[in-house]
This record gives sequence, C-alpha cells and structure tokens, in this order.
Amino acid sequence: MKNRTLMLGNEAIALALIENGCRVAASYPGTPASEILSSVARLGKELGVPMYAEWAVNEKVAFEVAYTAAVTGLRAAVAMKQVGLNVASDPLMSAAYSGVRGGFLVVSADDPGPHSSQTEQDSRLMAMLAKVPVLDPDSPAQARELVAAGFDLSERFAVPVMIRPTTRVCHACQDILPGGVLPHDAKAEFVKEPSRWAATPVFRNRLHKELCDKLARIAEWGPTAPVLWNPEASGTRAVVASGVAAAHAREVLEGLGLWEKVPFYQVVQPFPLHASFVNHVLEWYDELLVLEEPAAVIEMQLLDRRRVRGKATCAVPEAGELLPETVERVIAGFAGTAPAVPVAQGPQPPGRRPTLCAGCPHRASFYAIRRAAPGGIYPSDIGCYTLGLNLGAVDTVLCMGAAIGQAAGFHHAYRLSGRAVDIVATIGDSTFYHAGLPGLIDATVQGARFVLVILDNSMAAMTGFQPTPASGAGAAGEPTGVVDMEALVRACGVRFCKVGLPSRFEEFVGLLKEALAWSHENGVAVVIAREPCVMAPGASGKRPPAAKPAVTDACTGCRHCLTQFECPAIGFDEAAGRASIDATLCTGCGVCRHVCPVGAIRGGEGEEPR
Amino acid sequence: MKFGCLDRPAEESPAARMQLLVSGVGGQGVLFVSRLLAEAAIGRSLSVVTSEIHGMAQRGGTVVSHLKVGGFPSPLIREGHADGLIVLREENLRPHGRFLSTSGWAVVNSASAAGEGCAFPVHVVDAEGIAREAGYPRGANLVLLGFLLARLGSLEDGGRFFCTPADLRVALDRRFGKNPRALEESLGALASGIRHGKG
Repeated sequence: MKNRTLMLGNEAIALALIENGCRVAASYPGTPASEILSSVARLGKELGVPMYAEWAVNEKVAFEVAYTAAVTGLRAAVAMKQVGLNVASDPLMSAAYSGVRGGFLVVSADDPGPHSSQTEQDSRLMAMLAKVPVLDPDSPAQARELVAAGFDLSERFAVPVMIRPTTRVCHACQDILPGGVLPHDAKAEFVKEPSRWAATPVFRNRLHKELCDKLARIAEWGPTAPVLWNPEASGTRAVVASGVAAAHAREVLEGLGLWEKVPFYQVVQPFPLHASFVNHVLEWYDELLVLEEPAAVIEMQLLDRRRVRGKATCAVPEAGELLPETVERVIAGFAGTAPAVPVAQGPQPPGRRPTLCAGCPHRASFYAIRRAAPGGIYPSDIGCYTLGLNLGAVDTVLCMGAAIGQAAGFHHAYRLSGRAVDIVATIGDSTFYHAGLPGLIDATVQGARFVLVILDNSMAAMTGFQPTPASGAGAAGEPTGVVDMEALVRACGVRFCKVGLPSRFEEFVGLLKEALAWSHENGVAVVIAREPCVMAPGASGKRPPAAKPAVTDACTGCRHCLTQFECPAIGFDEAAGRASIDATLCTGCGVCRHVCPVGAIRGGEGEEPR
Repeated sequence: MKFGCLDRPAEESPAARMQLLVSGVGGQGVLFVSRLLAEAAIGRSLSVVTSEIHGMAQRGGTVVSHLKVGGFPSPLIREGHADGLIVLREENLRPHGRFLSTSGWAVVNSASAAGEGCAFPVHVVDAEGIAREAGYPRGANLVLLGFLLARLGSLEDGGRFFCTPADLRVALDRRFGKNPRALEESLGALASGIRHGKG
C-alpha cells in the first residue's frame, strides 16, 4: 500500500489505529460507525499485525474488553455509534476516573441529521459528562491524524480519549497515503492497584480530583490546541468551528472572499477547550461565531453571552445537520455580506422512502403478524426490520432491546385497565442478544403476556452483515464459539418457544395464532422466524434459481399487493391496469401469492395458497 | 500544527476542480459510480473527497453521493455549485437539479424524454435498455458513465470532464482485475455507453 488510496473515513480511522499500534479493538455495529471494526480486522490481517478484533455482543461489553486491554498497558480502542455510547456510558464514566496505562480511544460516531439514528445527540457532551478529552475531526485524513494524537494524549495523561467523527467524516471517502505500522512491542501486564482498578468511594474521590487536574493540564496541551488558519485576516469578528462544520466554513469563507477578512479558528479538541484560547478570543474579538454540530459544546465554554453567536443565540440552528448552505448563510450574515448563490428556501422533496428488500423474509413475517393479530399492538426494535413500519406492523421503536420491555409495558398497562389486546413484539436476532435478554427475563418473571417474534436472519443485516453470537464467525471470519438461541430463550423462563419459516406463509400464520392463544393464557410466547437475509454476501449464489410467480388475468388492479405488501419487485402496469412482477428483482419467495385478495398471483415454487 | 493539511498532494490545477452529484436509489450502484470516479481522480493525481449515505437509506431509498475533485475541504456540495448531476433514476432529476450551478449539466438514465422544461442541459440515455441489450443487465451505471464521458469529452481533449475513459478502465481493472468475467462485463458496459454517447 504505497499509493494514495481512496478510503472511507471509517477505513482511515481503522488504518490509523493499526498504524499506531492498537492491539485490541472491539465494537458493536451501528451506522455510521460499522466499518471501523471490520476494516481493523481486514487491515490487521492484510498487514500481518498481531491483534485481537471482536464484534462484541453490545457496546458495554465491547468497551469493557478494549478498556481492560488498555489497563494492562496495550493500546486499545472501542468503536460505536452515538446511541451505542449510551449503552457503554456506565463503564465510560467509571473508566475516566480509574484511567488507563496503554492508550485507549473511544470512537463514538455522531449522526447529525439524523440519517440513520434515533437521536442527534452529541457524544462530546458525554465526554464532558465523563470528563474525558474529545477530538473532533473534519475529514477522513484528519481523523487519521487525530487517532495518532489521541493515543499520545491518552498515554501522556493516563486517560481515555474520545474521537468523535460524524456521518460526514465516517462516510466520506478521501485519497489517503498509507504510512507504515509503528513498532509497538508492549506486552500485557496487569499491575494490581486496588485503589485504582477496584476503587471504593473514598478512593473515587481522590481519582476524581486527579482527573480534574489531568483535564486542566490537557486544556494547556499544545498539540491539540485550536489553529488559526488565516493569521493575515485582520477583522474584529472571528469564526470558530470544529468537525465537518470547520471544513464547510473554510470552503465558504474562501468562496465568499472573506478569507483575508474574517479570522478563522479550527478547534480539534472541543473539550476541554484550551484555556488560553478562550481567554485570547474573548479578549481580542468584538464578536465570535461558533459553528459545530450537533450541540453547542464549544459555545458553552466561551462564557461571554454578549459577544458569542451560535446555537444559544439562535444564530445557528440547534437541530438538524449543519449543511454547507446553512454555514454559508450564517457566515454571510455574520460578516455582513450576501451569499454567493441565493439558496432556495422551503421544504425539499422527501425522495423515495427505504423499504424491505425484495424477497426479505421479514416482509412475510410482518404480513403474517398483521394477519394473525389484526388490531394488535406491535412494539418493534432497531434494525432493517424497523421498515416493517411501511407494512403497518411496527408501532413503536424506542431503542435497542425496547421491543420486549415495551411489550411488557403494554401488557401491564392494558391489564390494569381491564382491556384485552393482542401484543406481538418483533426484534432482530442481533438486537435480541444485544439488549433483549434482560427484558425477556423481566417479562417472564413478572408474568407479562405477549408474543415475541425474533426475526432471526443470522446476522446484523442493516449495518453490513456482521456476525451475531450464533454465527460462529468472528470479525475476520475466524471461527468462534456459538450460543443456542432456543436454549437462551428457555433459560429466560419462556415455556413456549417454536421456530417457523415465514416463507411457508400459511403455516407461519398458524404458528403465530397458536402462540397468541397460548400467551393469553400463560405468559410470554416466543416464535423464532428463522430465514436467512437475501442480501447477505453469497446468499444469491446459494439459492437455487427459483421459478418466479406472475400476475394472471384475474388481477383486478386493486393495488392491495403494492400498498400492503410493498415488495420492490411488484410494480403496476398503468397501461394494463394491473400489478406486474419484475423478474430481475423477484427472488421467487412466492409470499405475494398469499397476499393477493383474489388469488391472481400464481406460479413459482413452494406451496400454493389455500 | 495544522491537522488535516499534512497529508495533501501538491498544488492542483483549478481547471480540474469539479463537483458532481450522483443520485439514484439503493441498489443501483450510486456509491460504486462515485467511488469509481474518485479512483479515476486519484489516478490523475487529483485529491478527492466524496460523501455517501449508508444504512437504512440503502434499502431501496433515495441515495445521493457528493463527489468533489481537486482540493475541496468540505465533503458536501452546496446548492447551486455542482458542475454536473449524474442521475441513475429519472425521478431524482428535478429534486436534485437545485444543486447545479448556472453552467451545470445533467445526465439521466431514462427510457423516455426526461428533462423537458429543465433550466439546465439534460443528456438522456436509456442506460438500462442499452445494458440489457448488450447483455450486461447490471451495468446500467457504467453505460451511463461511458455515455457521459463520450458526450462531454475530457478536459485533456478539450472537453469538460476531469477524467478520460482510459482513467475509468484503469480504475475498473484495479477493482475487478482478479475477476475476469466481472471486468469484461464492466468494460463492455462502459464501451457500449461510450458508443451511444458518440452517436
């Protein structure tokens, strides 16, 4: 790898981890962070670096595994999306106090927009809460440099360091010149120190004071200090920005001809903000405009409300992605000039909404749930199958694992109100292992009554087909141990646990009805809908070429299949006034034959509808 | 120390700066097209940055990729600043037209007369039809690229596009070199697009 190579931001982060001697890396997949760990595993193998990379069962465990490697003196990293950091927040808060010996990076990817997340929360606020420094890259190339700086910072101050990329860094591609792998021959050695690694509250107080002292010194640390990009600019109003907003600002300042006029500072360490920088900019400038996302982290550390413009003064939008058009409008207004091109205001067209893939087994499961429990309540969870929304079979999506806790919540609330209702919860297999198990234990122990359908496609599909604890394969494809889903379900106290194939549609509907009847009398019934993801690498090669169903003359053009089943392979032939099946998209699953109210879809393989 | 400016190539020719928006729906190869063009840029020693959207949007939803060649710090194109719009799905042509600059153009994959009444020049080609006919049903994206390159011509030959068909062939070879069948199909699709662009 000697030439400049096109790299995704997440690949650049992975490359930097390996170049800088990271020995242990762990993660749980989540957009936009998913490609970090898979790239670490791939690059580590390619470059022959002895290291351990794992897809952990959840972010908390991933954090604990990687952190402990840093406790033994190795360099280590944990990667996740911002809501994953919520799951890992417990060890984060505590690890900040106990500190590290080897460098330890917490890569937490934010998703302003949000493009693929429940919230627009700012991981930098979590860094503040935990009292750990955070570095905020503006591009893949800078993310790579900040990984190196982060390891250095972490080891110098014996503290976890957060790297906070955003979607526009993780999923930007840039030309990168790979370097060499730095020699790192650290060996794991745990030095017992109970007052640190097992600190009781009295020692925690001392560790907290130690941490505050570290932070004060980090706020003076030269290598991560803010940078003035255009020292020749002489204006009395300055722009301060971090992350990708800084990249937008640089381009906009040049585009508007303001580069020689408006001093522009880039902050790479938003917390703790350098004390001398705060004093300097507040003393020197009449007004400051702060551009960052998603929250006002730098802004709140610039404690002069009369001169600082930003989110708190409504000069910058508080919610939504800070797009370059917005940055241009805000900077132009701040500098008293006009934008180069007037931007059309008003709502943009929403575009085509995502949908479950053609032949996706989840579509059959959701359609079967609607048929077995019409009028029921359908709590669901995080994953591809959230798209069951389009089929009217997903009523709630809260956070990882919540389908089960919410199903129990619906049961208790309705029972208390003397009302009967069918409750059918859906959760993916990876999500079930991640955070579903405690909910299931609670539900059976407390006697909740509902049906839980575990949509088991044997992988974390939406984030890029990562393995689950039942896959038997690790991050680099190496063999791993496995868990037995049915045994786990039963061990949680569930007495009804059956496996079905959603593509055997009528049979599957029957199984759901049986589970519903049982649950109303007895407790939680679990149905495992087990069928592989059609998009998984190699899946199409494994499938025998299937005969495809077709729409016959019996079609009345009612569009039921389009609106209620929404398979991408089903279209509508306006000229003929009837539905049509695109044979190149169709996988031949044949479930649509069961969907047509007049039985006009015939042919293909498998059982014909009854 | 200025982070992010340590690892950049030398001066770039402003003529080769180009901002392109690639637009389609999940599964059409939007990310493939933008990465291929980015690799072609690297082959010409130009710096490049793209911005992609992953995750749920890739499940058949609208997918857009921003591609900026020649020393841009921001990964996103501002509305009114794109030089070109590459549209794999006709329905995206009008909504994404707002990104084009006053001298911008669009190329669109469509079997019908798309782009009538647009305020910018629209080059239409039935890339899917051509790909199907030529026996590369999954190659519509490359047909569209070949057509585009032939229609606009490269900067090198006095045209308007930053790279040449040869640059794309090198990028395809790097990508599919180990898979002769995929390489042959992709080169074939590119060539049929070029033929239609010249015609």
